[in-house]
Amino acid sequence: MRKQFCDAMVARAARPDLMFLTGDLGFMALEPLQAALGSRFINAGVAEQNMVSVAAALAREGLETWAYSIAPFIYARPFEQIRNDVSFHGLPVKLVGNGGGYGYGVMGPTHHAIEDYGTLLALPGMAVYVPVFDEDLAAVVDRVGNEQRPSYLRIGRGEPPKGWTPPAYAPWRRLVQGRGAVVIAVGPLAGTYVAALQALDESRRPDLWALAELPVALPSVPADILSALAGGRRLCIAEEHVAQGGVASQLLLALAGAGLGVAGLTHLHARAHHYERYGSQAWLRRQSGLDPDGLLAALDLA
Amino acid sequence: MKSGANVSAQTVLEARRRLLRMHHEAGVGHIGGNLSSLDALLVAFHEALGPADRFVLSKGHSAGALYTALWSAGRLSDDDLRTFHQDATLLAGHPPARGIADILFATGSLGHGLSLAAGTALGLRARQSPGRVLCLTSDGEWQEGSTWEAFIFACHQRLDNLTILVDHNGLQGFGSTAEVASMAPLWDKLRGFDAEVSVIDGHDLDAIRAALAPSGRLRVVAMQTVKGKGVSFLEGRMDSHYLPLSAPQYERALQELSAR
Repeated sequence: MRKQFCDAMVARAARPDLMFLTGDLGFMALEPLQAALGSRFINAGVAEQNMVSVAAALAREGLETWAYSIAPFIYARPFEQIRNDVSFHGLPVKLVGNGGGYGYGVMGPTHHAIEDYGTLLALPGMAVYVPVFDEDLAAVVDRVGNEQRPSYLRIGRGEPPKGWTPPAYAPWRRLVQGRGAVVIAVGPLAGTYVAALQALDESRRPDLWALAELPVALPSVPADILSALAGGRRLCIAEEHVAQGGVASQLLLALAGAGLGVAGLTHLHARAHHYERYGSQAWLRRQSGLDPDGLLAALDLA
Repeated sequence: MKSGANVSAQTVLEARRRLLRMHHEAGVGHIGGNLSSLDALLVAFHEALGPADRFVLSKGHSAGALYTALWSAGRLSDDDLRTFHQDATLLAGHPPARGIADILFATGSLGHGLSLAAGTALGLRARQSPGRVLCLTSDGEWQEGSTWEAFIFACHQRLDNLTILVDHNGLQGFGSTAEVASMAPLWDKLRGFDAEVSVIDGHDLDAIRAALAPSGRLRVVAMQTVKGKGVSFLEGRMDSHYLPLSAPQYERALQELSAR
């Protein structure tokens, strides 16, 4: 999604009040944006704490301010700066983390971002965007750009299955229809399930939904999901994030708060940082049971 | 922002008395570092800061001096100061996030303010505003890595509309800056960057006045100050960093500040 992100930002670069900060990342990717923005593209160096506070101050001066790094370095290192300088003041800084989840898999655990949105959503007024497909970026960059709240954009790899066209961007999208369990998958993970679920017979096939905006608030949950759950269908939530603070706890709290129950729950999530060995994003997803085979096995569909 | 009135020795005495009264009525300490930075804040808010300018208090534990300077310049009222440290106040022990126009940021975690000031200076430049930014840091705060990140950034970006004040009173939370993690000679280290560095007596009003005049360059003003300045039994004392004054101490301090 990095290229699509850059393209979308270049399209937005004509705005005279747009400022873009990077923590010395974006080589072979963000050069077109650098060229488009000129002096409004600032490499803030290897100094994420300073970058985030500078971004807060720029936003306070009324400038549309984006701060970019790879995901773990934009939310974890400068967390206090996000909390104190951005969030406490409700400033609409746009934090962008590339390679969310296990995106930088074999680079090692320091580069994994599997507690990012749960951590940031603990802060007041934070909005999180987890686009699903590369094609989403144009719409998502517009939405984040127009946010009046602090926001976090988690980008990763979002290729749709070959020969399949994703539906136009929306916070919730049904990707596969079936009469089986309701599967809600967060961000790009959703796209990885399409082919495996399409291959199933319609009577057993889950309803697959892709979720791209957090936190989960009940009014935004599609009525089809609520009626399916009310009808006793099993719920499965899959997210490339640790269980704590993830979408499952958000959604279940929202449902319980409205007096709505769930007949059965399967929660697939990132299993933590302490694997003894490392591998690609696909390998790490497999270790967590987040790959398509893991989903089918968890739902007794293998 | 500025009151238009020049700061006199009498202005400083009156502000010290009001600061002590505010802290005493609230039963609150952190007096030493407030008194060490008060003179500079008075000159800033009375004389230096124009309507387009900004101020960032990085040493948030000197909020009392900031509130007192704003009161002295007519930006906060006596009634406002009476709410200091009380329930439902805007005047918390560290600056509030919102509600007081002259206070841009909630600070108090050290090492944030210089970045916020640098970002503000960059923002003013991007907006082609003539405004400039003053930022008051503590000396202990230069032990924070993020302060150095900010200083590197400010120098590299040539933020010539930024003036950084350092309240060098030599004492921090649990010892002297020399004993805890010495940076001496800090000024020589800062001079290694592309900034104009001057060392002044932080209680000499004329020296402060000159240091806060626009210079058209990124400037660091190292203010040699005295913790607890103006109250003999607080001056240079470690316990003035945290402890509130007892009733007899308060009376004695007022006498000292009235007799001059």
